[in-house]
Amino acid sequence: MPRPKRRRRMNNPPHFKGYRPIGLTDEHQPILLNYEEYEAIRLSDYELLGHVQASSFMNVSRPTYTRIYESARRKIAQAFVLGKTIVFEGGKVYFDSEWYMCNCCNCFFNHPQKEQELDECPLCGSERVEQIKDK
Amino acid sequence: MKVAITSTGNSPDSKLDSRFGRCSHFVIYDTETKSIEFVPNSNRDNIEGAGPASVQTVASKGVEKVVSGEFGAKVKSIFDSLQIQLIVLKDTDKTISQIISMLNH
Repeated sequence: MPRPKRRRRMNNPPHFKGYRPIGLTDEHQPILLNYEEYEAIRLSDYELLGHVQASSFMNVSRPTYTRIYESARRKIAQAFVLGKTIVFEGGKVYFDSEWYMCNCCNCFFNHPQKEQELDECPLCGSERVEQIKDK
Repeated sequence: MKVAITSTGNSPDSKLDSRFGRCSHFVIYDTETKSIEFVPNSNRDNIEGAGPASVQTVASKGVEKVVSGEFGAKVKSIFDSLQIQLIVLKDTDKTISQIISMLNH
């Protein structure tokens, strides 16, 4: 039996379901782009991270990240060339817990701008903030 | 930067409202000009969808942070896509003026 896949960490899921080519209505065989593949494209080509950095962000090894990225690019190329619909679906992922707690004023807060480093509580300005871990 | 705070009344001595969608008033506080504006929540008696309607109210004021006692399930994803930061304060005994002085730290 093969080793189970590691769960890939990711930011937010895309806020739409996919892409459709203009002028074609054939949606019988859409290309299914996994969430992890979407995240790989986002990290490498939108955030412009290197594979080593991006793989540590997603909590997988560098070779695994490169495989995910490769598969994502091939799927997108296939959809482009054949004019297929792309649907974001599936993938073994978990979403980063973005809730934090301040130990000074006991408030909870989230952090939508994840690319920026969080260093102080938005309410009282204290630096005693702690990320709430997934149980 | 503008911050929205949910309030139980329309004076700086009123307390924080523990609910977001059905709070009585929104306080829009501007951290640069120190101006305070009280906006009555017209959605508080809605049967359904008070949360998303209130999001529209505060988002149209251009706020970047929202302080409340609790946020409903529908509200969080809308705020996420608008990139507005949520702050949950469990201590609802705090008054609006206390919260504003905390924001000034």
